Order: sequence, then C-alpha cells, then structure tokens
Amino acid sequence: MSSKKQASSQLRVGDNPLVKWLLVGLTLFLTAILLVVPLIAIFQQAFVEGAAHYFNSLLEADTLHAIGLTLLVAALTVPVNLVFGVMLAWSVTRFEFPGRKLLMTLMDIPFAVSPVVAGLLYLLLYGNNGWIGAWLYEQDIQLMFAWPGIVMVTVFVTCPFVARELIPLMQQQGREDEEAAVILGASGWQLFRRVTLPNIKWALIYGVILTNARAVGEFGAVSVVSGNIRGETNTLPLHVQLQYEDYQAAAAFASASLLAFIALLTLLFKAFIEWRQERQEATL
Amino acid sequence: MATHLSAAPIRPRHKRVLPGLSLSLGTSLLFISLILLLPMTGLIMQSVDMGWARYWEVISDERVVASYKVTLWAALIASVFNGFFGLLLAWVLVRYDFWGRRILDALVDLPFALPTAVAGITLATLYAQNGWYGDILSSLGLKIAYTPWGIVLAMAFTSIPFVVRTVQPVLEELSPEEEEAGMTLGASDWSVFRRVIFPALWPALMTGIALSFTRSLGEFGAVIFIAGNMPYVSEITSLMIFVSLQEFDFPAASAIASVVLMASLILLFAINIWQARYLRRLHGRN
Amino acid sequence: MSILIEHISKTFGQFQALSPLSLDIQEGEMIGLLGPSGSGKTTLLRIIAGLEGADTGRIQFGDRDVTNLHVRDRRVGFVFQNYALFRHMTVADNVAFGLDVLPRKERPSPSEIKKRVMHLLDMVQLAHLANRFPSQLSGGQKQRIALARALATQPEVLLLDEPFGALDAKVRKELRRWLRGLHEELGFTSVFVTHDQEEALELSDRVVVMSNGYIEQVDKPGDLYASPNSRFVFDFLGNANVFEGKADQGKWLNQQASLQLPKGIEQQDGQLYVRSHEFFVSDAPTEQANLPLKVVAINPIGAEVRLELSPIGWQSKDIWEIDLPHKAFDQHGYEKGQTVFVTPKAGYFFADDLAQPTPLHW
Repeated sequence: MSSKKQASSQLRVGDNPLVKWLLVGLTLFLTAILLVVPLIAIFQQAFVEGAAHYFNSLLEADTLHAIGLTLLVAALTVPVNLVFGVMLAWSVTRFEFPGRKLLMTLMDIPFAVSPVVAGLLYLLLYGNNGWIGAWLYEQDIQLMFAWPGIVMVTVFVTCPFVARELIPLMQQQGREDEEAAVILGASGWQLFRRVTLPNIKWALIYGVILTNARAVGEFGAVSVVSGNIRGETNTLPLHVQLQYEDYQAAAAFASASLLAFIALLTLLFKAFIEWRQERQEATL
Repeated sequence: MATHLSAAPIRPRHKRVLPGLSLSLGTSLLFISLILLLPMTGLIMQSVDMGWARYWEVISDERVVASYKVTLWAALIASVFNGFFGLLLAWVLVRYDFWGRRILDALVDLPFALPTAVAGITLATLYAQNGWYGDILSSLGLKIAYTPWGIVLAMAFTSIPFVVRTVQPVLEELSPEEEEAGMTLGASDWSVFRRVIFPALWPALMTGIALSFTRSLGEFGAVIFIAGNMPYVSEITSLMIFVSLQEFDFPAASAIASVVLMASLILLFAINIWQARYLRRLHGRN
Repeated sequence: MSILIEHISKTFGQFQALSPLSLDIQEGEMIGLLGPSGSGKTTLLRIIAGLEGADTGRIQFGDRDVTNLHVRDRRVGFVFQNYALFRHMTVADNVAFGLDVLPRKERPSPSEIKKRVMHLLDMVQLAHLANRFPSQLSGGQKQRIALARALATQPEVLLLDEPFGALDAKVRKELRRWLRGLHEELGFTSVFVTHDQEEALELSDRVVVMSNGYIEQVDKPGDLYASPNSRFVFDFLGNANVFEGKADQGKWLNQQASLQLPKGIEQQDGQLYVRSHEFFVSDAPTEQANLPLKVVAINPIGAEVRLELSPIGWQSKDIWEIDLPHKAFDQHGYEKGQTVFVTPKAGYFFADDLAQPTPLHW
C-alpha cells in the first residue's frame, strides 16, 4: 500500500479550506511585505538612475577593488573552513570521546557571538597592543587593518557552516557503510573518497555555498578590523556602507545588488538540492 | 601472589574500527583553539588590566545601560514576533500544498543569505519617510525608521529563518495518529492543535525563539542603518563597542564586549542543554 | 450499536483500496477484519471511524446515517496500532482527554472526570501508573491505556487497528482474553483489524476475510475453518499443501506422482488443498496415493512435530508441511534426508475453472 498517497486523503487538523486559505493568505501577505518587497527594492534602487549609471558605478576603481578583495577573502576562507568542517564532522559523528558535546557547543560560538565582538577579539589579540600583535609589530607584520585580518575574522565568523550541514546528515547515516568498507580493506583515504564523500556530497556543497555567502557578506566583524581604507581594505559590504553614507544611494544599491544576486544564487542552489532529494526519495 | 596477579581484570583494549580519530580530532581541536579560544585571551587580559572599578564604571555607564535595555527589548520583541511568524510559516509550508510553496520555502532563507549591510540599507530606504513603506506609515502617523522600532524590524528580518527551520522538521515528523486520536476522542481542530500539536512543537519553538533572540542581540549590520543611533534612545550595545573602538578606547570596548560575550555564551550553553534535555524526553530515555 | 456498511469503495490515486463492499454488523458483535497487508482492512476500519472518507456508499450507526459526519462527531472509540498516546501528557491526562474536550455543557466537573479516570484505570488494572508518562510504560501497558482512553467517552462502537501487533506473544495472548472479557462485560460493538489468523479466529464472533479490496468471506470462526469458500481464504487460513493435478483415468497426475480420485467426483484438472494435519505418512506408496517426498527439516512445534518436505519427481510451488503428533513421530523416528510417502485423508478440490471448492473425503 502506498502510504504517501494515503496521506493526501487523510483528515488532518486545519484542513478546512477556509482555515487553509486564511493561513496561506496571511503568510503570503507577511512574506511579501517582509521579504519580497525588500528584495525587489534592492534592484529597483540600484537602477533608479538608469542602467548606464548602474554599470558606471560598478566599474569605478574603488568598487572593482572591493569586489576583488571580497573574492580573495572568500577564496581563502572557504577552503580553510571546508577542511575544518569535514574534520570536525568526522570526529564528532564517527567516534565517541569525552567532551564531544562540549566540542559541538564550542563550534556554535561564532553563531552566538556578535560579529562586532568577534572583530574586537581579533583586534585585541593581533592589534599592535595585543600580546601577539605587539610581537608581530616588532617583526613588521601587520595583520589588523589589512586584508589578512579580514580573512581571519571571516574564517571565525563562518567556521560553523560546513560542519553544521554535515553533522546531522552523517549522524543519521551512521557508521555501518564505513565500517563495512574498513572490513573490506579500504584505506582511510579510499574510505573517505569512495564511501563517505558520495553520501555527503550535496550537504558539503551546500555548506560551502553558505560559507561563501556569509564570507562575501560579512559586515560587523570585518568593519572592526578593516580600517575602511578605500581602495585598500574595503570589502564589498563595507563599500556599500561608505557609498550609502556618502549619499550615493544608487551606487550603494548597485554594489548591494551584486551581493543580493549571490544570495539569490545561494537560495536557488538550496532549492535545487531539496528538489533533487525529494525526487530521489520519490523514486525509491 | 600468582593468583593475585591472575585475578587482575583483563582490560579490553578497545580498538576503533574507523580510521582518522587522531587526525580529525587533532585538527578540530587545534582549529578551535587557534580560531575561537586564543582570541578570547586578548579580551580577558584587556579586561583584567583595567581594574574592577574602571570596568564597572564602563559597563554601568548610563548610555551603555540604555543600550542594553534597547538591545534586550528589541531582541525580545523581534524574537517573539518571529515565534508567531515562524510558526505560521512552518505550519503553512508543512501542512498545505499551494502554488508557490517551493518558492516560499526557498525565500525563507533570504535573511541568512543576504548580507546584513544590504538588508540594512534596504530596510532603511523602504521605511525612511520618503520610502515605499515610510510614506504609507507616515500618513498613518507612524514612524519606524530611526526609532527603536527600526531596530526591532531589522532584528526580526535577520532572524526569521531560525524559528521556521527549527519547527519545520518537528512538524513534519509529527505522527498523524496522535492528531487522529484527538479527533476520534471528539476534540475540535483548535483543541487538537492547542492540546496535542502545540505541546509537541513547544520545545522546538522555544529553541527557535531563543536562537532568534541570541542572533538579534548580536545583530549589527542590519540595525545600524535603520536605528538612527541616537544616544540613550536607539543605540544598540554592539554599536557602543564600535563607538568605543573608533575613539581608540580599547578598555571600554573590551569591557562592554565582555558583557555581550558572556551573555551570548550563557545563552548558547543554555540552549544546548535545553535542547539535549527535550530530545531525551521525546525519545523516552530518562 | 449496529453498523451498516453499504457499497463502500475507496481509491488512492490509481490504487483501488476498496472495491464496493457491504457489511452488516450486529449490535454487540465482535468482528475481526482479517487479511494480508494491502487488503484494505485498515482502510475499511478508518472509513468506519471517519478518519478517511469513502468515494461511494454509505455508513449507518444504528438508525443514524453517519456517512458525512466528521470523525469527532461519530463518537467511536479508536485504538491505534502504535497506541498514539499523547507523549507530553500523563497517563491520567491521556485518559481524561476525551472528557476534557467535551463542550462545556456536556463536560463533567473536574472531580467527576477524575473519578471516572480512576475508575477506568482500575478497570485496566493500571491505576498505580496514573502519573507516569507514556514513554515510561511497556507496550502492553500502553495498549491498555489506549483502550481506557478510547472507552472514557463510553462509545458504543470500538474500533481497533492491529491492537496486538506490536506486542510479544505472551502479552498478546493475555491482552486478547482481557479484551474479550471487557467486550462481553460492557457490550459495545467492536471491529478490529488483524493479519494474524489465530487472533481473528480466537477473538471474533465473525471473521471478515479481505484481499485486494474485496471481502472474500464473512463467517463464524468455526464455519470459516470448516468451509473456506475460495483459494485465498484457504491459503490465508493456514498451512494448506497444494497438489496440482491433471485428471486421467480416475487419477490426478503430476509427473511421477499420482493420487486416486475419491468416489463420485467428476474427472477434472485442478488443485487439491490439504491441511497439514490431514495426512497419513508411510514408508511406501499406498493404493490411494503415490506422493514421494524428502524430509528437509523437522521442527517440534508445541503438541506436534512439523515435517518440512520437498517433492521427489513431481512439482509443487511451495515446500510441503505436515504436522504429526509426537507419539506418531516417535514411533517412526523420521530423519532428515529420508524419503516418505504421504496419503491425504481429507481435502478441498478447486477445479481449474471454478472459484468454489468441493470438499473431498477418502
């Protein structure tokens, strides 16, 4: 008997059409006001002074530099957190050890901590007055108010994303597959590449996409350590702020539209993964 | 003596089947130490250095205390609003099939994916007096942008997904039988929702609200553009840290940051403990 | 209360779960819906309860047409397969639920509700667990609480979906007797779903055998066993061995095996169904039958010993099973691998083109 079909004709709470359309209608209304209109407004504001102005403001030297810096930050952050996320997920889902729960809670700290505080932590340690920073200063190494500092705080802020996507999935899948592979004589790397990786591939990709989206868009932490030097340490979100506060609203929204576009791609990708998963479940 | 020796328990040498414990755990611990824990030492040293009297003076400064209040109240209102809105969204997404459901589902994550600065300038523009919403609101005599309500709005926007994404899976896995049992016993839809479904969702809902609250406390990028940042009225605590930094008053920034950090760590641990407890109760292990 | 079911049918998408069927249930009767999974028995039960709507037909409780009545207004007691106890409520609150949600005018006072709950818990002998949560109960205890909860509103119809399916054998037996006693004491009409023939035969006043959305047969347990009316019922009601025979000169032949037709039986091709205890076992063919088989397994089962046999020199879809009393088994001392010959004493014959069987005796 197909239980899925049965579910569709079942009597459920709230399936009265009046209740249904009232709730759906209310939800759509609120979503339109809170999410859809702001999203449209970004692009509308970006083009408010015409397409020529839009492209000109994107092609400004400072904007191009901000885009470049942002891409550099993301390109350095994502691989670091990818490796860390996989390692962490592997250790907490495949082994039992004392402090495992604590480790998972620690991993969540970047989610809970205000980005401004995160930026400050790094500034205090690696800034010229910090105990590592002072030593670095003597060696003539400047991390804060320069791009390495931006990368460091971005790694901090985005480090939980990959692990967060992987852990529930790997927990649910259990260890049997991998144990079977070990019994069949697979080496550690073979095991990971041929058994684990195919199972977690999509979650891993989504974790990377989320890490990327957040790395590209981080504002609070970066603004503390960047020093906001135009054309030097300005990432795209900081550039948006500068333009906005300079009363160049259209230019600010033009830059913002690039970030919003990345956000939309992220959502689209997530929808694609879920659609794929549902289809896979349906054919099983 | 010999018997005494042989009576010693043979300790089973537990050999792990899967490889990579030392590599993966070692890397993770090193990473967490370097990236998460080491930076905290700077804050602790800075706070200790300044002495208790100065520390207390900074964190109990009138303007700072006003910022605590604004931040807490705004985060509370925003997270409670998201409790309602998130529950509604989760319910509609799980229970009903309608055109655009998939789009709606994807859209819920927009606040996570959209950089906070972008959200900030967009909301500020929309709700400013000459913006699309501000225009309508001001004709009604309401003002949101550049007031504490703007802070609530920005916080609510950035934390919408938390409640939805914690309640949704629980709602999906709710067994239809308990609902049906309620109905066969003569309960109305509303009774079944209130007495059977809601209690099952409650722990997840609370977790979602708590996460939303935690995130709102720390929100910076979206808030500063719309808050107006008037001292004593619409300054959030994160901004106070930022302002101290711009004045190069590192001790003051550290003192305030230590308060914020402690608050968020306590919240984080409380949420995790609470979550572990309700999971245990749900699965029947005591 | 009597239940009248008329031309009820139901499809899920392309799947015909119930073909139009009718059933008349007397007041105070206990009816077992028996069938394999996918036979439509649970769907029928859920339609009676009102948890599922039928595509066609109507249902009547006593004189009341309830076809379009919402489940909450039908006032039936329903016991779910996995009990569906409210996890966040104590046992007492679970049982009180049906009374708590009554409209204010009909609702008893809190003290009255408490009294009735305690009475129900006494009845199911679990009063000492009133303040426990469902997760702290055993399966059998959950089942009894689920029953107490369903009975709290004093329904005249009690519906049970696989009520004992998730319990171990001993508890199942105990609860079955207890339910039977309760049914006789309180006099409600009960319908239960099961896939266990023993349970259906032991518990029901009448058994409804279902397959593929059809009712195959409705009968008292004794009659059902004595005169199954179709191949399906025969198969489902237990351990029949099937001999596929071509009729030839007063015999049924299957390759090298043969079996004499009883007197007065028309010569026809078909299948002979023989229950596992209706055999005589010997070391050589008899005049009546030449059915050589090899012993492949010997399993003592309670009062009998079951031989599993595979045909030698003829074809059968399934392994044959033959039950012998211990005494008969001990006298012969059969061993694995040995060849034996069996001779049926009684059976049922289904001619190839007929659904109705003919009882046979030699």
